This record gives sequence, C-alpha cells and structure tokens, in this order.
Amino acid sequence: MVQTSTAPLPSSARPYVGTGQRRIDGVSKVTGQARYAAEFPADGLLYGHVVSGGALASGEILRIDTRAAEAVAGVVRVYTHENRPRQPWFDSTYQDQVAPPGIPFRPLKDAKIVYSGQPVALVVAQSLEVAAYAASLLEITYREEPFRTDLAAEQSNAYVPPEKRAGIEPPPPDRGDVDRALAEAPVKVEASYFVAAEHHNPMETHASTVVWNDGKLTVYDKIQGVVASKEYLNEVFGLSPDDVHVISPFVGGAFGVGLRPQYQLFLATMAALDLRRSVRVTLTRDQMFTLTYRPHTIQHLALGAERDGRLTAIRHEAVAATSTFEDYQEVVVNWSGLGYRCPNVAFDYKLAKLHTYTPSDMRAPGAATGVYGLECAMDELAHAAGIDPLELRLKNYAEEDANTGKPFTSKQLRECYRQGAERFGWSRRSPRPRSMRDGRELIGWGLATGFWEASMQQTSARAVLSADGGLELATATADIGTGTYTILAQIAADAMGVPIEQVDVKIGDSSLPASPLEGGSWTAASAGSAVQKACFGLREQLFHHARAMEGSPLANEVLERIIFTGGRMEVANDPSRSVVVADVMAALGLEKLAAEETAKPDQDAQENYSGYTHSAIFVEVRVDEELNVVRVTRIVDAVAAGRILNLKTARSQILGGVVFGIGMALEEQSELDHRFGRFMNHNIAEYHIPVNADVRDIDVIFVEEHDDKVSPIGVKGLGEIGIVGTAAAIANAIFHATGKRVRDLPITPDKLLRDDVDGVSSGMARAG
Amino acid sequence: MNRFSYVRPDAVAAAVRERASDPGARFIAGGTNLLDLMKYDVEAPSRLIDITRLPLRDIQEIDGGLRIGALVPNSDLAYDPRIEERYPLLASAILAGASPQLRNMATTGGNLLQRTRCVYFYDTATPCNKRTPGSGCSAIGGINRQHAILGASEHCIATNPSDMGVALAALRANVRVAGPDGERTIPFSEFHRLPGDEPQRDNNLAADELILSVDLPAEHFAANYTYLKLRERLSYAFALVSVAAALRLEDGKIAEARLALGGVAHKPWRDEEAEELLRGQPAERASFEQAALRILSGARGFGENDFKIELARRAIVRALEQAAAGTPQSQSDKRVQ
Amino acid sequence: MQATETDTRSGNGTGEPSRIPVVLTINGTERRLEVEPWTTLLDLLRERLDLTGSKKGCDHGQCGACTVLVDDRRVNACLTLAVMLDGASVTTVEGLAQDGQLHPVQDAFVEHDAFQCGYCTPGQICSAVGLLKEGRAQSDDEIRELMSGNLCRCGAYVNIVAAVRQVMDGTGAGR
Repeated sequence: MVQTSTAPLPSSARPYVGTGQRRIDGVSKVTGQARYAAEFPADGLLYGHVVSGGALASGEILRIDTRAAEAVAGVVRVYTHENRPRQPWFDSTYQDQVAPPGIPFRPLKDAKIVYSGQPVALVVAQSLEVAAYAASLLEITYREEPFRTDLAAEQSNAYVPPEKRAGIEPPPPDRGDVDRALAEAPVKVEASYFVAAEHHNPMETHASTVVWNDGKLTVYDKIQGVVASKEYLNEVFGLSPDDVHVISPFVGGAFGVGLRPQYQLFLATMAALDLRRSVRVTLTRDQMFTLTYRPHTIQHLALGAERDGRLTAIRHEAVAATSTFEDYQEVVVNWSGLGYRCPNVAFDYKLAKLHTYTPSDMRAPGAATGVYGLECAMDELAHAAGIDPLELRLKNYAEEDANTGKPFTSKQLRECYRQGAERFGWSRRSPRPRSMRDGRELIGWGLATGFWEASMQQTSARAVLSADGGLELATATADIGTGTYTILAQIAADAMGVPIEQVDVKIGDSSLPASPLEGGSWTAASAGSAVQKACFGLREQLFHHARAMEGSPLANEVLERIIFTGGRMEVANDPSRSVVVADVMAALGLEKLAAEETAKPDQDAQENYSGYTHSAIFVEVRVDEELNVVRVTRIVDAVAAGRILNLKTARSQILGGVVFGIGMALEEQSELDHRFGRFMNHNIAEYHIPVNADVRDIDVIFVEEHDDKVSPIGVKGLGEIGIVGTAAAIANAIFHATGKRVRDLPITPDKLLRDDVDGVSSGMARAG
Repeated sequence: MNRFSYVRPDAVAAAVRERASDPGARFIAGGTNLLDLMKYDVEAPSRLIDITRLPLRDIQEIDGGLRIGALVPNSDLAYDPRIEERYPLLASAILAGASPQLRNMATTGGNLLQRTRCVYFYDTATPCNKRTPGSGCSAIGGINRQHAILGASEHCIATNPSDMGVALAALRANVRVAGPDGERTIPFSEFHRLPGDEPQRDNNLAADELILSVDLPAEHFAANYTYLKLRERLSYAFALVSVAAALRLEDGKIAEARLALGGVAHKPWRDEEAEELLRGQPAERASFEQAALRILSGARGFGENDFKIELARRAIVRALEQAAAGTPQSQSDKRVQ
Repeated sequence: MQATETDTRSGNGTGEPSRIPVVLTINGTERRLEVEPWTTLLDLLRERLDLTGSKKGCDHGQCGACTVLVDDRRVNACLTLAVMLDGASVTTVEGLAQDGQLHPVQDAFVEHDAFQCGYCTPGQICSAVGLLKEGRAQSDDEIRELMSGNLCRCGAYVNIVAAVRQVMDGTGAGR
C-alpha cells in the first residue's frame, strides 16, 4: 500500500492533475440546475420566517404578543421561547465541531437577549410570503440591561483567554529581550492598526430545508461539512444517527460562516420535529448580519532593526472582539514570530467581551488580520530605514519556523518575491512616496508577504469502479466553490487511467465516508489524498485479480511496475504486456469493485516539520491627489502552495482571495452603533463588498514547489492565501502613492481626507 | 410585506381617483424602492395602484425642451439619442446611479420619489423621525458618514439618494403633476423639501397627486458639463458627494452656470447665489473655489460626515474644471478626469 | 390594454388573499397563473414553478443574483411583482440553453471559470445576455461598469469580464 507517496501521481496517457480543467459541475451551475439548500422541494413544505430581536444587545423579553400573527390565514405556528419544545441541548453543553470555549448560543432557550438581532421567534406558515408578513406582526417588549459593544473602550478589560480553542495555537513563548532590543535599535517603528468587523456575506443566505418523513429527517443545509450538521442534529435534538441524513451538494459561498451550524438549522429542525412536517427556514440578507463575523481587532506593533534593516525586535499585541458567551480565538500575532528571522520577539493576544454574537473564522482568520499589521509595520520600517521594502524582507528571510524551531516542509517564498517582482516591474519603483504620478493621479506600488498554514485532516473516501468503466468517488466533504468536485475527479482519473468524463464525484452527503469541515484550506490535500488512496486500493485489487487470471500477462509482476492508462493495466516499459480492466471485471463477473480508504496526515512530518503556504503580492494603486479616489489598477500575486491540481480553479481561488482583500482594504466594515449594540449597515447596499468595477488586472503566478511532506499528494491548499497580505499591500501602495499612512481599515475616502486636513497620519481614528 | 389590494387603472384620471379614495394607497411603477421598503416593513400601503399601463412613456419635444413621461425607464432616458445629444449631463447622472437592471426598471417619476438610504430609516427597530415622527433621529450621534451637511434639522439629517435628481436640479427642470383638481407644474427646486420639523415629508407632492412628466427647458449645456460622483466603491453605491456642473462659456468667461450637489442634503442641493457668483467670472480655478465656498458656507457636519464639507468643496472645484475643459467624467472609466 | 380597473381589483387587505389571473410566457411557454398581489416574480419562479435557477441573494435589488430577462431586458426579479407582468415574456437561466446546447455566454462562463460557488452565476449570465443585447458595452471598462449590478462574493470578476469579452468578440459586438 502506498502510504505517503513521495512520487508524482502515477502516470496516465493524459494527466489531468496540473492542467486547467473546466469544472465538472460547471454546466449544472451555468444552467441553473445546481440546487442549493433552500431549493430542494418537499411535499407539504412549510416555511419558517425568523423574527429578529430589537435594537438592544442585552436584556430580556418581557412579552411577545403573537396573536396577530397567529390570526393570519396560512400561519401554522409561532414559536417563541415560551412555547418552543424543550430540547436536550437546553440541558447540555454540547458544542459544535469548531465551537470556541464557552456555551454556544441556544436559540429560543429563554427570554434572555444576549445580542442585538438574535432570533426571538419563528413564524411557520404555508407560504414564504405569509410567514414573512405574519412575522412583521409580532409585538415584543423588552427590558434593556446595560451592554457594551465598543472594542476601544473595552481594551482595558481585555484578558488572555483562559481556555485555548482547539486547533488554534496560542502565541508561542516570547524569545530574547524585546524591551532591550527595542531600546537599543537604531531604527524602530511603532504603531497601532485597526481591522474593522466584517461579515462574510456569501451570496447565498443561510438556509435549511428539513424534510420530515415518518420521524426521519433528510436535511438540506448550507454548511461547510455535512458531518458537522448531522452530529449537531443528533446531539441537539437527541436523534439517533439513522434518523438524520444531511445533504449539501452545492454551497453558495461560505468563507467560514458555514463552519458552525447556524440558527436556521436549529429552528427548521425544531419546527419539523414538532409539527411532523417538512420545514424550510431561509435567512434574509439582513439576518446574515446576526451571524458570525470577523472580529474587529486592535493591534500594536513595534519593530526594531539595525541600520541595514536586519530585524532585532518585534512586539506584536492584539485585542480582538469576542462575545459574552464564547471565547472565539484565532492566530493573529504568531505570524510575527514566523514570518521573519528575528532574535527578540514578544507576543500578546487578548480578547475583549462585547455584547455581540460570537465572531468566527472568516477567510484566513487571524492571518488576514495579523499579517496585515505585520506587513504594514514592515513597510513602515523599510521607509524609516530607507530600504526597499522587498530588500527588507529578503534581508530578514526566515529559513526555519522560529516559533517552533522546525524546518519548513518547503518554502519557495524567495521565488515568489523574485517572480512576482519581475512580473510586476518592481525594480522600476521610485522609492520616495508621492514620487510617481500620472496627471492628477498619484501612483503607488506596495507589496506584502502572505502566510497561511498548510494542513491536512483525516478524511475517508470510497472509489467504486463499474463494469462499464464508470468510476464513482464518494466522500462527505463539501465544494463551497473551491473546485472540490473537479480536483477529485482529476486525481481519480489520473490514478485509474480513465477519461475524466467517466468519473462521477459524490460529495456533500453525510451517508458518504467521513470528511471534516471544508475550511482552513485543507480540503484539497485531505479529500484529494483520501481519493487517491481509495483509487490505489482499487488498483491493488484489480492488479491482484488480473495477475491471478489464467495466462495473465501480468503474472510475476509487482504493482509498482504497473501503469493504469486508457482503461488498461500495462507493465511499465513493456506496453505489450497489458490487461484490459473491463476484461478483469468481466472475467470475475464483477458489476462493481469498491475500495474505501482513510488518509491521515503523516505523524513524522507533522512532528518534525512546519508546513506553510507563502505568497508575495504586489499592488499598484492610483489615487486622485485631491479627491482621494483610490483605484487598485494592477496586482501580481505570486503563490507557492505545493502542487497545483487545477490551474483554472486554483487561479480562481487566488483571484477570489485577492478580491476579498480589496474589500477588506478599502470597503468592508460592519458598523456598530453602540447605543443599540447593533450592526447598522446590515444589508449589501450599505455594507460594501467589491463590485466588478473595483477589480482590474490581477495576475496570478504559481511558483513551482515540490513538497513531499505536507500531504500525501504534495498539496498545500489555496482557499485563504489570496487574501493574506492583500490589504497590507494595498495600504502600503496607498502610502507610497500619497505619503498618507492610514492604519485603520477600511481605507475609505474620509480617512484619507482627514489626513489632508489634520496633517497627521492617524492611527485608529475610530475603533468601534 | 403587508397585505394590500391591487388595481391597474388604464387612465390617469382613474389612477388619481383611486389614490384620492384611499389615503393608504401608493402608486407603483418600477417598484425598485417601494417594494424594497415594503419588504422592510417601512412602507405598508393598503393598496397598490399599478400605473405602468398609463400612457406616460413618451419623450416629446416642447418649447425647445423635452417632456419626459413619468414612466420612461431610467435606462431608456439615459440612452435616448435626444438626451445623449442635448442633455448629456442628465444621461451621465442617470448612468452614475444604481445598476443596469435597476435602471431598466426604475422610472423617471419614481426616481423623484425615492427615499433616503439612512440606515436608521430602514431599520424599524430603531427610532427615526422620518419613519415614525416624534421617535427621534438616531443618525444624530450615530452612524452618519452618508448624511447631510446642508439644510439638515435637529429632527433629521437624512439625504436624498438620487443621482438623476441632481442633474434635474442643475437643468432647472419642472415637474408636471396631476391631481383631483387638474394639473400643475412644480419647479424642480421646489419639488423636494428640507426636513425641518416634518422629515416624514420628502416632497411637496400632495398625497393624491401623480407625476405626469419631467419637463426639461431648452437650455441644455451639452458642451460644458459634468456629473462627478464620489462614493465608497467605484460603482453601485450611493454618493458621498456628487456634483452636477454645467457652464455656458463665452470668450473664456462664464455666461451661465449651473451647480447642484447630491448626497449632501435632504434634496438635490442647488444654490442660485453660487451660480450667480460664477456668472461673468473667468472659467478658472479661483472662480470655482469662490463658488464652492459660497455653496458650502452654511455646511455643518455631524461627526462622521464632517469630512464631506471638504470633500464637497474639492469635488465642486473639480467638477467645474471638468465642465469648463469640456472633459466630462466618464461613468465607466473610473479615473477622475 | 386589456386590463381594466375592475377586472384586476382584488383583496381588501384584511380578508382572504385573493388571487389575480396573469398570463406569463416563461422560457417560451405560456403560463396561465393566479398570483397574489404581493408575490414577486422571484418567489413565483422559485417557490411555485420550481425554477430555482434564479437566486435570492438579498431580495432587495442589492446583488443582482435574481437577474432575469423580462421582454429581453435584464431586471431584478426580486423587486418585480408578478401581477404587474401580465402579458410579459420572462427568460430565466433555465431558458437560455437551446436544444441541449449551452448559450455562448454559459459556455464562456465555464471555459473562463467565471464563477466559483455558482450562486450569483445565473444572475451574472442573464445580466451578461442582457448587456450583449443592449450593445452599450464596448471596452472592458464598460463591461465592468455595466456588470457591476451583479455582486460575486467569490470574486470571479476578472473571469466574468473575460467570458463576456469572448462572447462579445465572437459575435462581432463591441470593441
């Protein structure tokens, strides 16, 4: 058996891996045939509309008058905390798969208000319109208690989370003597940076269709992993595993908001079980702002260096928002100990409790935030030291992971810098801010480095070969737009030597072999390795059968010398000795041949190596000198991410991450009104995400990187790396263009203008 | 969305009668704002009077100008050859607003009636004097980066979100309306209201009046004009500040000037004194600076939106420069000329 | 105008919902339907006709995911009342492919990987078909501006422009 193959994928006549392949689910998406969670029909389906709580973030519900709603024809039931069926969860402390320490929010459990806009009732009716109309008729009175949602004001109450969140490394131990190194450093910079709260806002809002069939549930859920929803339903409602089947073939974007089962799943299931009917609950766009968010975070960075730019000290401190009931944590400051070689490093990461919903992972959680701070500070240091920002990074290049003392599984970051700089034309950059212009537009060039952890998770997959040559892959994982369907088909087609058209991929179904949540950029490495391993299992079975056949041309051969290609097994370097796979199946009278395997990360590699994806991103901005209109006109992102499976979908992932970064840098902020404890711009007209006109040329380079340790198939993952560093590169480019250092994201026109008027480069103008 | 009844009259008189008979009724045409607000329970009409089949879809010549039927969709208007040639300022302003889909739906009359984008107006859980008179203005002391710097009151600091309206203000259009007692014409500058102590009233249209047309006067400023819109992303966003500027130049001097601002007040903001100040002046930056100072002399910020005063000053100067140079802002090339 | 004031009057706002007959041609097929006055075209398509290709991303005209063609013009189905469309012709993403052949815009979207999660995609494609019919976009800047009514959170804009450009060049429209 091949465990962790260091060899390239087995050859076939036309390898699919490494080429640009059209998505195998593409036609279903462009024709409207792909169905998402709210689009599965059911007989007698009822519609639930969630009633969101009022403009207060703490207190209790005194009274809910549901009479008017119940009087509307077509309303079946109005659920509130007063009449909802009691659930096992209300007496347990069950936490979903990625829940941070604390007690998850339990909808309708009691009268308590713990955040503004929390669900306070569910109206179930015979149609979507009736449910929404009746929901508007509820009259609710509250008793308000004091609440706090101002992060800047809560900084003084920040604390080190007493319990670590599983899977999240707390800051490593400090090293060296940062105070002294900073005091002695001939060049130093110190600044505060602010990252605004952001909401994920996938285009599909959260929805669950719960089909009730004689006590058994088939649930179509918007989730980044059906196993998480199934486990949640079993635990929360005390259902037996056989009674719950979760299906999610297509997910209309998620970016992290689909990692935790969200409250619509609870509400729809509660109603379905109680009414013994099928129920669908779909959240409105505004209600998407009552789900998790990227926590706004205040960072303080101090960097010290020799005159030649060699780093001598880094201090990186952060205070991030969390809720009153959970300690959400992410890796924010650790990057400063990893990114560059530096003998003296100090870290501090604290949380501040706010009366909001619990934040959660949003595309490159922690890294998007922390690397933004680090990479802006590096730019400030380059400016202070009079050194080119690229040269500064090369001077401080980290050859090993100093946080752990381990070597990297691979690190082609130097090549990223070199190829990216060449493509971008970085050498033509004039170092002085405000020194490049075109008419009334100031031109700025900025860069940043990106880092993201490369990991894989244990994943199982099944491969089934049919007598007609069809190959079906099955694993419970998700495709949230990342291209999972297609890369799995490519890997399998190559492994079995069959055309990709013969490969069918089944995912997003809890009855399939177990898979973790799709997140952390680990799915390609994890599900890909599992699928390959399952195919190798098939190969082994086929080979043994073939070898055992009478007069077999493969007699006395070993599997390692067999190539699967064109539907045949042939001996390497001797294609005249071959067996047709279909003949083997026929001879044995097999309709189907199946293999199920589980791929796990290599323990040895995990213990002895540090795996990271790297990137170097170069940005050109043009800023109108007077009006401060910022245009991002050119981006080159050079990425080293191990093996690239599909050039088309891989590039799309990077493009998407970069566009997310443009939003983070220039547009996105969920704005809290502390009087109401409420995110007020709760729609996507006022919460700005990039539109087509915001995005121009983005050039993606995949730097060749061979990695035989990070995962069995040498893949590192691409879902997050595109956003990491992007906001910093844009902010740095704006500084280069204008000489204005806005350290408060997003960089909206008012902040650049304030700089003009006040004449100071402000830090956090407004942390709230 | 609340329950309502629906009627589809086929004559203006019948439509007006329907409206007069039911104070809770609303006309609907494009529906792009009304249905939006109904889904948020901000509007809850008892009856919708579908006016889309009324004969108000033509653009006609009148007295050297044009009469634009109230039901002419925004996109048809922007791309009408007569508008493109004679009133490019109007075409440009329309194309700066919303999205192609919304412009295909939204109508000329409806554009005049679109309501503010204030986040508190839209959120029925928060106080808002415009939505619920007497409940208070949450935007004062709240999130107000988008809000008014001119003509606001202690009761309301909301802005009118229209782009088209800014051009119509500059062009000194007239609004022709029909009511139970017949037709009347309202100068555009008098159509919308300042909030005062009745912020619930956006305009001076009587409850039972229907917009028939927007009439453009003959003077169209096709040579020297611009519509410059500044916002928080490069398209499909409401204005922080927008400027409609139009000049008639004679021998390098300004013979006639038109200047209106969007995103800064409860109505498209036009300042006749500023326009007058420009008349006879050389078409150069110093003159433009003077006009900008004049138009902003009464400006006041409410915290987050303080920056708009300076941003508006700069935008006005730039827009007048664009107009004078005959280099109007393109709405697809995002570089500011 | 066939409709008159009386034959479409319905409902009094308090009693039982009353349905209004409308005739719509949807993807080439004439449909005689009875709709409530508050039913949007989008909800009609998705919930009653099982045409779920048109997506609901915001329900307020902020995202464009619901874009369909009504009488060949691209509109937001979420802000269109079905009752007001009596007599109109509606084309959704399900109606673009002909005889099993993808519409050139659909094929270009697959070829250029102009989507990831696929949720905004039907709206993007209908919008692009509308844009091509309008013939107003020539340059890439104009494509970007005139496709800005369709948000894509996966950030596929570069590829969307490339896909639209390919079809535009292939059909001789534009540049």
